[in-house]
Amino acid sequence: MKSLIARGVRSTAPRHPLARAIIHRLLLAVILLWGVSLLIFAAVNALPGDFAAASLGRAATPEAIASIRQSLGLDKPLVTRYLLWMLQIFKGDFGLSWASQQPVSAQLGHRLLNSLWLAGAAALLAIPVALLGGLFAVRYLHRLPDRVITLVSLIILSLPEFLIGYLLIQVLVLHVGVSTFPSTIYDGMSLPDRLSALLLPVLTLAIAVLANMLRSARSALMSVTSTPWMETARLKGLPPLRILWRHAAPNAISPVLTVIAMNLAGLIVGAMIIEVIFVYPGVGQYMVDAVTVRDIPVVQACGLVFAAVYILLNLLVDMLAMAANPRLRFPR
Amino acid sequence: MPNSWNRRDFLKLSLAAGAASGLSFTPPAAAADNTPKKGGHLKLGIDGAATTDVLDPASWISSYMMVVGCAWGDTLVRTDPVSGKAIPGLAESWESADKSSRWIFTLRKGVQFHNGQALTAEDVVKTLSRHRDPKFRSGVIAYLSSISTVTSDGDKITITLNESNVDFPLVLSLWNLQIQPGGGYENPNAGIGTGPYRIVKFEAGVYTQLEKNPHDWDSSRGNVASAEVIAINDASSRVAALSTGKVHFISGLSPKIVALLKSGPVTIYNTPGRGHYTLPMMVNTPPFDNNDLRLALKLAIDRQQILDRVLGGYGSLGNDFPVNSAYPLFPADIPQRQYDADQAAFHFKKSGYSGPIVLDVAEGVFPGAVDAATLFQLSAQKAGIKIDIRRQPDDGYWNNVWRNKPFCVSSWGTRLTQDLIYSLELGPSSASNETNFANPQFASLLKLARAEEDEAKRRTLYHDIALIVRDEGGTLLPVFNNYLNASSNKLQGYIEDVGNDLSNGHVISRVWLNN
Repeated sequence: MKSLIARGVRSTAPRHPLARAIIHRLLLAVILLWGVSLLIFAAVNALPGDFAAASLGRAATPEAIASIRQSLGLDKPLVTRYLLWMLQIFKGDFGLSWASQQPVSAQLGHRLLNSLWLAGAAALLAIPVALLGGLFAVRYLHRLPDRVITLVSLIILSLPEFLIGYLLIQVLVLHVGVSTFPSTIYDGMSLPDRLSALLLPVLTLAIAVLANMLRSARSALMSVTSTPWMETARLKGLPPLRILWRHAAPNAISPVLTVIAMNLAGLIVGAMIIEVIFVYPGVGQYMVDAVTVRDIPVVQACGLVFAAVYILLNLLVDMLAMAANPRLRFPR
Repeated sequence: MPNSWNRRDFLKLSLAAGAASGLSFTPPAAAADNTPKKGGHLKLGIDGAATTDVLDPASWISSYMMVVGCAWGDTLVRTDPVSGKAIPGLAESWESADKSSRWIFTLRKGVQFHNGQALTAEDVVKTLSRHRDPKFRSGVIAYLSSISTVTSDGDKITITLNESNVDFPLVLSLWNLQIQPGGGYENPNAGIGTGPYRIVKFEAGVYTQLEKNPHDWDSSRGNVASAEVIAINDASSRVAALSTGKVHFISGLSPKIVALLKSGPVTIYNTPGRGHYTLPMMVNTPPFDNNDLRLALKLAIDRQQILDRVLGGYGSLGNDFPVNSAYPLFPADIPQRQYDADQAAFHFKKSGYSGPIVLDVAEGVFPGAVDAATLFQLSAQKAGIKIDIRRQPDDGYWNNVWRNKPFCVSSWGTRLTQDLIYSLELGPSSASNETNFANPQFASLLKLARAEEDEAKRRTLYHDIALIVRDEGGTLLPVFNNYLNASSNKLQGYIEDVGNDLSNGHVISRVWLNN
């Protein structure tokens, strides 16, 4: 009897739970991306005005608009255009930008790399500080260190990104003179130069996302520390930091990871304002410029890539959460 | 602000210079003479760049591409910075025939492109025909519509027009018409021209690196050895870049910031221009089809207040016709229209209309557009005219609001001649006739002026045209805006060109850097 139950349990439980979960999620991601492609296509085509009118601007005449529309295939029905676009993507090609007549993949890849540099550096700076800050705040909960940390992070949270950027320019560039400005990145730039150029935007972005991550780390840790088993740990007489690190942190990591992932995705694709202020050639500015002139191949490619970034980061977070917490590997 | 360390820096530098030359008693003022210095690396922070920019001159509309384009390219004709008249460029001379409807240009000899290819008349013919072909979507195609044929014979280029136009050579100075090898048919984005600088690296919306063209045919230009045009679209970032000495020159200074910068070690260039802001009323759409109502609105706007508050005084008053003293043959004797609430109320009553007037506005049309509309609302209120401001998004404004709503806001850049700005802004066949103005007398006078070779007679004609537009048109034109740029004191030789902003695009090849 006992063995039967045991065998039964084993047969319903997958052999490689983590691998199965990953494949499952990857399949879901593909379906999700397809759904996103529909949304993007619909949204882009719902924008008032089109490339023909936008590129000709105020010199537009009906004949000129018609001729451009025809040359770009804008006169074809929506469904045809969507299918043509899908076909192109399956070939791994985002097509040519209408405005610059250059391949979108190369342009986007170049800019995405710049954005990844920026986001990566900002995350490297922000994540450890946020986690340690959160840990520290909970260790001294409702005491002076916690209050100072909370106050500072609330102040930062209520400052808009661009203001942080201007303040840093004011202090670091105008008064101290330590940093490279504008932060333009050149091809073939040496690593020290590149890092020096990255300093200001990275610092701005790190400060901007730090507060959010820190507060979520703090609240996640707080909710875990109020559980009965944490009480037990304390009653056993374990040192407070060890309790937090060994017992509370692994159980609090999942919500914190989600917040980190969302912030990271925001860093990669949503740093548009910072890019403009610091003259950093990232992917945000690329998409906004494309929207302005209705350069649809670029807008669509950006939309799809941004969605993929979010989906992949979410996937990564789930994997990490599963690795940290075995209970999550068996969906009920 | 870095005043203190800059001064200290300067002292240190001049001491060092003094020690090196053994002339430590030379006053610094003597260093700022007018002899251009050769060499140096010039850095400019210019706005209006986009990641969608390309080197194809047909596509250029922004100031950023004007600066880059005028560095690597040359036009057949150039303009004089003071008088705005046509002067030789790649064409060393020209003459007209058949009452200015046929123009024969003689090409300069010994000019070569950056790739070593010699400039030929055929390159000119092909360049013009490419810009006239709708397939290439040239931004200046409308200016070339009067051309019927372009032919070449040896070093002569003959252009035949389907009408008389005494100003025609000026059209060929448009900064889109950079002469390209083979007309740019093969590779419009090659960035190869005959200009004073060669493109080393162009990254759209980021930066452009240029180096001196060693084979430049014009030795009077191109002082700096190399230049870098950095795309800085954020106004505050441009100022920060200049204040910290990261760039020598910045474009598009906002009037609000000038006062702050004035105290620093920088030079401000406040250049009167031909650009202007308008509030177009469609003359064929009620209630704006009534001239008394239009006059009422023209009298109900406080121009001086808009000039002072919105432009910070950096501009001049408009008089409801799109021409000011920066244009040759400007009719200076036409009285300035002033704010007059009583007269406005009188004409408003006479028009028989009593409802509110809806004004569509978007902030992006010109800086301070919404402020200007609000000031107008207040001054009109005193004349008993109620104006309802309807906010519109910047995005798509020129396609969805302008030329679609009967009363909105608009802005205009510089044009080469009175004829061109009138034709474009008010011409009966123009796609940008924002007021739907269709006055037969105006149209015939404009055609007469275009063909009139006698300057005194043309002056009279343009006087009459201005009066018709001012008193019968739908154009409410409160102000002309100045161009505001700034440079570090190290930069010398900037020429305030009447033709256009940024020294008519030629800032790079005209300035020099003092050590």
